[in-house]
Amino acid sequence: MSETKTIKVPTMAEMAANGEQPEILFWVGCAGAFDDRYKKVTRAFTMILDHVGIKYAVLGTEESCTGDPAKRAGNEFLFQMQAIQNIEVLNAYQVKKIVTACPHCFNTLKNEYPDLGGHYEVIHHATFLQQLLDEGKIRIKEDNAYHKMPMTYHDSCYLGRGNGIFEAPRAVVGALHAEAREMKRCRTKGMCCGAGGAQMFKEEEAGTTRVNFERIEQALETGADVVATACPFCMTMLTDGLKEKEQEDKVEVADLAELIASATGLQP
Amino acid sequence: MTTAQIIFTAFTLAAFGFFAYTAMKIWGLFKLTKPLERMDKIGQRISTTILVAFGQQKMFKRPVAGLLHALVWWGFLVITVGTVEMIIDGIAGSERILGFLGPVYGVITASGELFAGIIILACIIFLVRRYMVKPKRFIAPEMKPSSKMDATLILFMILVLMASLLGLNMGYVLSQGAVGSYPLSHMLIDSAGLSGGDWHTFEAVNWWIHICLVLVFLNILPYSKHFHVIMAVPNVFFARLEPKAKLDNMASVTKEVKLMMDPETAFAPPAEGEAPPERFGIKTTDDITWKHLLDAYTCTECGRCTAVCPANNTGKKLSPRKLFIDLRAAATKGERVEGGKPLSAPDRITEEELWACTTCMACMEECPVNIDHVPLIIDMRRSFVMEDSKAPNELTMMFNNIENNGAPWQFSASDRMKWAEDLEVRMINRS
Ligand code: SF4
Ligand code: SF4
Repeated sequence: MSETKTIKVPTMAEMAANGEQPEILFWVGCAGAFDDRYKKVTRAFTMILDHVGIKYAVLGTEESCTGDPAKRAGNEFLFQMQAIQNIEVLNAYQVKKIVTACPHCFNTLKNEYPDLGGHYEVIHHATFLQQLLDEGKIRIKEDNAYHKMPMTYHDSCYLGRGNGIFEAPRAVVGALHAEAREMKRCRTKGMCCGAGGAQMFKEEEAGTTRVNFERIEQALETGADVVATACPFCMTMLTDGLKEKEQEDKVEVADLAELIASATGLQP
Repeated sequence: MTTAQIIFTAFTLAAFGFFAYTAMKIWGLFKLTKPLERMDKIGQRISTTILVAFGQQKMFKRPVAGLLHALVWWGFLVITVGTVEMIIDGIAGSERILGFLGPVYGVITASGELFAGIIILACIIFLVRRYMVKPKRFIAPEMKPSSKMDATLILFMILVLMASLLGLNMGYVLSQGAVGSYPLSHMLIDSAGLSGGDWHTFEAVNWWIHICLVLVFLNILPYSKHFHVIMAVPNVFFARLEPKAKLDNMASVTKEVKLMMDPETAFAPPAEGEAPPERFGIKTTDDITWKHLLDAYTCTECGRCTAVCPANNTGKKLSPRKLFIDLRAAATKGERVEGGKPLSAPDRITEEELWACTTCMACMEECPVNIDHVPLIIDMRRSFVMEDSKAPNELTMMFNNIENNGAPWQFSASDRMKWAEDLEVRMINRS
């Protein structure tokens, strides 16, 4: 038995026009809005927001890059211009709470916007999903599609070392009743996918191999069928790594939101 | 005053005098650095210092080497009490002046002895590791022979220091010394079958070797990577407490951006008497803050950072350890005063190294003395981009995209909601 529903994603502008205030703003991020692969994650996460019945909204075309890659590449001017513009928009809508599926947006909004006048409660979707699971708003049956499936979680640097969030994503993987396997380098010792600090947007410097090739090998060593990620850049890098190792037919890189949506029975 | 007292006092004064001279020279370098506020959250700073500096918390990420190192450090702290006593004795002509502490003195001397034994073992293991096991992180282009010499010399000095400490204690025990407790000396005496008598000369020779070496050791520290023995404590105390991924906000840029965004003031001439605009980022050692310099003096060259660096692991030129070795060399030369050679140069920190960093923070996580690599790297990138308009082409394109479309890729801002079109969901009811 299945029922189909079309989700109309509400924007802040529409909400404001109706005199409404959402409980939470979903910050989509540039990768979430434009990257073909990550758009699927955005959609999966939206399905979850819709499913649990929380009052949410997005900024839509009023959202702009947080400025994270500019800041990390040394362009503080551009970063601050982006930040100040975004803060103006967020403050105009009196946003209090933000959830995002991007650790880079998360870090910038949470840690770097306050210095420029943007004070919000910011949570990453891994933590948010964990909360929904804890509160029983999402229930996952034991015999879901990932039951006993070998799965490994790749720590995003900006979530893990950068902000100390190591357990929430693991709790989400745990809720799938999958067989969680750790890579040799995990948690505080986790190895970068290679995309942080604006590397996503340029070629790597000359070396013996690429960071993502090295990292995907460590993931494959665990024998996992699914490499779970919680970051758009990690997803791109590890997916490229899988292709390089010609394993893309056997192993899947999937975001926590996609895994939860599908285990809950939410299908696109 | 006996001749011995006079000689000892003169030597001690000379040693402390030279140490003061070195300290003033280094202080002079600190005085040239930029200010930085690091006196907030004192409680948290104290607890971090206790855990990370005194407790050696982060060293235990590598349990064996960590434990050995922690024992050497704790032993050093205990034995230092005895060193202070020796200096007082030497000047005042007294013998074991802290003896009045009674049982407490017994605890100090006994634990000092045990630590001396442990330190000897640890130093031997460290030497074996360095010369026979040869861990990968000790071999790298930035590890010059002088650095290796430095390590070997210090390890041998510590060995002699500990041996002479035990020697002077044994001499004291054999000459029927009355105060303190010396379990290890007794053991050594028994197993060697030594017996009482006049061991005063033996004690005195060891005493002089020990204390002279301590004073020499003190003066070598500031010129070696072993300066960390002293500097690690303040460096950990003043370390950043924010989440690692947070980068500082450049207030000087905020001022300019606000001016630019406010049409009223955008074209106004600068106010009378306003300070000339600062240089953005770090170009030469003129631009560093005192904390950058403290980091550089604290680096132990242990290479824990480089060992986990994904860029270094995959053969890129970047080595986070090298950044601080180069910074220290540049700052110590005092060349800033002569006009400031850029910190980024082909024979120093190269652009290639700086652009290879993924800001993954693994180096900061591993560093046992809480050095901040990423902020330094970003500060140097800031100088490239904001002062010299110099960045890899793809990054310049990324900047343009953000400026024009509000995204790092070439997509139109008006397409930002496309992902939400036709968002259909099927709820598979599996029950
Ligand atoms: S932050 Fe940069 S320097 Fe440090 S480990 Fe990661 S890539 Fe290497
Ligand atoms: S920066 Fe820290 S981890 Fe790296 S070599 Fe220096 S002390 Fe060791």
